[in-house]
Amino acid sequence: MENLPWLSIITFAPLVGVFFILLIRDDDKEIVARNARWVALWISLITFFVSLGIWINFDNSTANFQFVEKTVWMPGFKIGYHMGVDGISMFFVILSTMLTVLCIGASWITITDRVKEYMIAFLVLETLMVGMFSALDLILFYVFFEGVLIPMFIIIGVWGGARRNYAAYKLFLFTLTGSVLMLLAILAMMFQAGTAEIPKLLTHDFPATLQPWLWLAFFASFAVKMPMWPVHTWLPDAHVEAPTAGSVILAGVLLKFGGYGFLRFSLPMFPLASADFTPLIYTLSIIAVIYTSLVALAQEDMKKLIAYSSVAHMGFVTIGTFAANTQGIEGAIIQMLSHGVVSAALFLIVGVVYDRIHSRDIDAYDGLVHRMPKYALFFMVFMMASVGLPGTSGFVGEFLILVGAFKANTWVAAFATTGIILGVAYMLYLYRRVIFGEMTKENLKSILDLNRREVAIFAPLLLVVFVMGIYPSLFLDAMHASVENLVERYQSALAAAQHISVVAK
Amino acid sequence: MPLATLPTLTPALPEIFLAIASMLLLMLGVFSSEENNTRTVSYASVLVLIVAIPFVGLVTEGRTVTFGGAFVTDTFAVYIKALVLVSAATAIIMSKDYLKIQGIERFEFPVLIVLATLGMMMMISANDLIALYLGLELQSLSLYVIASFQRDSARSAEAGLKYFVLGALASGLLLYGMSMIYGFAGTTSFDTLANIFHDAHGHVSVGVIVGIVFMLAGLAFKVSAVPFHMWTPDVYEGAPTPVTALFAVAPKIAAMGLFIRVMVGPFGELGAQWQQIIIFISVASMLLGAFAAINQTNIKRLMAYSSIGHMGYALIGLAVAGTAGDAALQALGVQSMLIYLGIYMFMNIGTFACILLMKRDGRMVEGIDDLAGLSKSNPGLAMILSIFMFSMAGIPPLAGFLGKLYVFQAAIQAELYALAVIGVLASVVGAYYYIRIIKVMYFDDPVDELDRGISLEMKAILVVTGVVIVFFVFYPVPLLTGAESATAALFHK
Repeated sequence: MENLPWLSIITFAPLVGVFFILLIRDDDKEIVARNARWVALWISLITFFVSLGIWINFDNSTANFQFVEKTVWMPGFKIGYHMGVDGISMFFVILSTMLTVLCIGASWITITDRVKEYMIAFLVLETLMVGMFSALDLILFYVFFEGVLIPMFIIIGVWGGARRNYAAYKLFLFTLTGSVLMLLAILAMMFQAGTAEIPKLLTHDFPATLQPWLWLAFFASFAVKMPMWPVHTWLPDAHVEAPTAGSVILAGVLLKFGGYGFLRFSLPMFPLASADFTPLIYTLSIIAVIYTSLVALAQEDMKKLIAYSSVAHMGFVTIGTFAANTQGIEGAIIQMLSHGVVSAALFLIVGVVYDRIHSRDIDAYDGLVHRMPKYALFFMVFMMASVGLPGTSGFVGEFLILVGAFKANTWVAAFATTGIILGVAYMLYLYRRVIFGEMTKENLKSILDLNRREVAIFAPLLLVVFVMGIYPSLFLDAMHASVENLVERYQSALAAAQHISVVAK
Repeated sequence: MPLATLPTLTPALPEIFLAIASMLLLMLGVFSSEENNTRTVSYASVLVLIVAIPFVGLVTEGRTVTFGGAFVTDTFAVYIKALVLVSAATAIIMSKDYLKIQGIERFEFPVLIVLATLGMMMMISANDLIALYLGLELQSLSLYVIASFQRDSARSAEAGLKYFVLGALASGLLLYGMSMIYGFAGTTSFDTLANIFHDAHGHVSVGVIVGIVFMLAGLAFKVSAVPFHMWTPDVYEGAPTPVTALFAVAPKIAAMGLFIRVMVGPFGELGAQWQQIIIFISVASMLLGAFAAINQTNIKRLMAYSSIGHMGYALIGLAVAGTAGDAALQALGVQSMLIYLGIYMFMNIGTFACILLMKRDGRMVEGIDDLAGLSKSNPGLAMILSIFMFSMAGIPPLAGFLGKLYVFQAAIQAELYALAVIGVLASVVGAYYYIRIIKVMYFDDPVDELDRGISLEMKAILVVTGVVIVFFVFYPVPLLTGAESATAALFHK
């Protein structure tokens, strides 16, 4: 058991599912669709439970990479197949496998067209996401990172809304532009350091003159993926047009690529450049937090509102990351995980009423609490988690980030806090308009409450929100060693550089 | 001294085999019954080309020259020849249905392709300027004829004529450059030229430089690199589709092989003189290939611009190989280029197989809009064509990405940063038009359905190329080591 390549199994198990789905052939479209759904559900469930094994067997005491696998991939090019997880990446693997199960569940009846292709796209996406978080070779990382575009483009373009062409193109070209520059930086790093192995690069000192260029190239990619203001504009479009499950994966996992990238590459590999660019990050993040929160207040479309709130929440993540202390970084990771669960849940919440009424306009709803009490309850919990009510996961993340930011820069913490207040404002406003009041709309009179399938989808998310909020140590303990190591490395690199400049004077 | 000794023929065995076989194929065409002689000769030609592959593969290492040093066989030649033979054979297979539909079934067609292939193989193995020209002309003359094979069609005739006139011009440039080099260096042999320039330590007379520039222009024409690309869109659009499929692959790969051999062989020491020219045509090709393709509505024309762009990416490798003085880096450049060409071959064969399946009511269509809704009417074909398109756009994990990865890696190592940055940005622009085809197939509403029914041969071609493109990332070793040993042959002296 010890020697099995667990990460590869988790990564490529969905592809086995793809293979089985491809084998399904029948003249009756219904039978094909049903079989495809069940295969996808089973494979994703199995993958999820296997990935939990990673957590159970995870050694909290070390900052080293665990479950490491290494084989020859491209001899002569110094590129290998190298997988492994540490405290930073492990939870993202589980987040990806969990959300895929829920996505397949959430699409069970809403997707009736080309079900086979839909399930294939999601399983391929799962492979790429898990691979991205566990890759320990630069090129392997890039392959997974960029490959996500293919299924995402198809998911938005085929099963999306009215303006899906525009949204799919925008997503594709924005992310590709950022990423190709990162590819060049990756190649330059390989050339400079003579290796593509991430563990080795983490301890390699890049020359101070090269660091800003590499940092900027990575920033181009991660800022788009994150997304940071002002390159966030693809996100609202993509979210609004994507099918519910597409939004869930987009908000839940793909937005974490950027934050994960900052933590894995920018901070430890280019510490000097990171320190130099921290004011830039702070500025952009604060603008994102305040500006997008205000924009969210003015939205009439529920999905767009949540999309803008995502940009604001990601602004917190970048603040915490570049505060570069233990609290800030742990807060950033918790915030990403929390946002992964909560925003996924909120998009599913919107999906529930969209499936029934086929409208995402806030004005199309009122007084839903009268007909949908269970729905109102779930909505309330996730809304509260989104605004960071103590006891929910959102609180832990935001609190740690603010503590970290306060230690690093008081002003940043002060501005970020105003963002929290605005966040409460737009979320409560949304909740009041949709859930409370009299039910006046005729077409809402016969709306049905959550059915058992929908409850089954929301229940695990609810559980995670509370576990993370009430007992965060479960998560923090696992990531602590890795984060400490990262902070130490960052600080010692800065100290060394300062020493050199002092000596030079 | 005897009047003439018979040269060793073994190194040229594959070429001799093809030459004799093409004569026999002509006989076969003339003497078999008129009804199905095209069919018979086509199958026989494919067989001949496939049998020639093991002949080529006889060389496993080392370098042998014959015909007084004018002809060379090494692993480099083996690699390029294998690609050329495979693409020529598939072009014949793909032409079978097309010729029937268009009513131009003539047995000369496959024979001309075999003859063109013979010419390409000779130029790949050329080790002397005269031998180079002989091979190039045998190839070109055969290709001029098949470009205008559909005599009744004005477009096809125009394509052939255009190709002929401009090709003749390019040959003239090439020949002029060769004569300059001969005049100033006093020899046509690659080996002697290499020695002369090696001893000159990069200091050569202007005449030689002028000669090299003219040769570069001629060769750039053959690989359709900007600014010598003007013929490409018209010829691609006008020529019968299987001929376009051939043009996009075999002659380009052969000309690229020749390009590499000439540049890193005799002129390898003069990299400082020609590297900047290659950088320019590479950048210009990538940019033109990216921007000019955006507004195309005809898929063959689109593929013409796409191939111009791809040649630009491949030429990055040659630009790297122009870093005189660093053999390891030069080798990396050539190796990345060879890998790129190998992947390019699979992508293009697959894409053209898809284009050849675009039929409606038994007639060929070639508009991009004709693909609308293909994912509904023919999901398998749509899926495989989108795989090729994503691969051409260079999106991982498909093979096209890895091809680009290697050339960019070489460029970074050679510190050609500007070239690399322009290259990746052009690839984003290029991605725009590749994903447009996917958009048309997947997002748009269907128009009249395309004909269904795929012949067994086409199915086989699509499946093989598709599998290579998708699974290359899992096991890239064969192509990498093949390219590595091919490169080694050029750099050990």
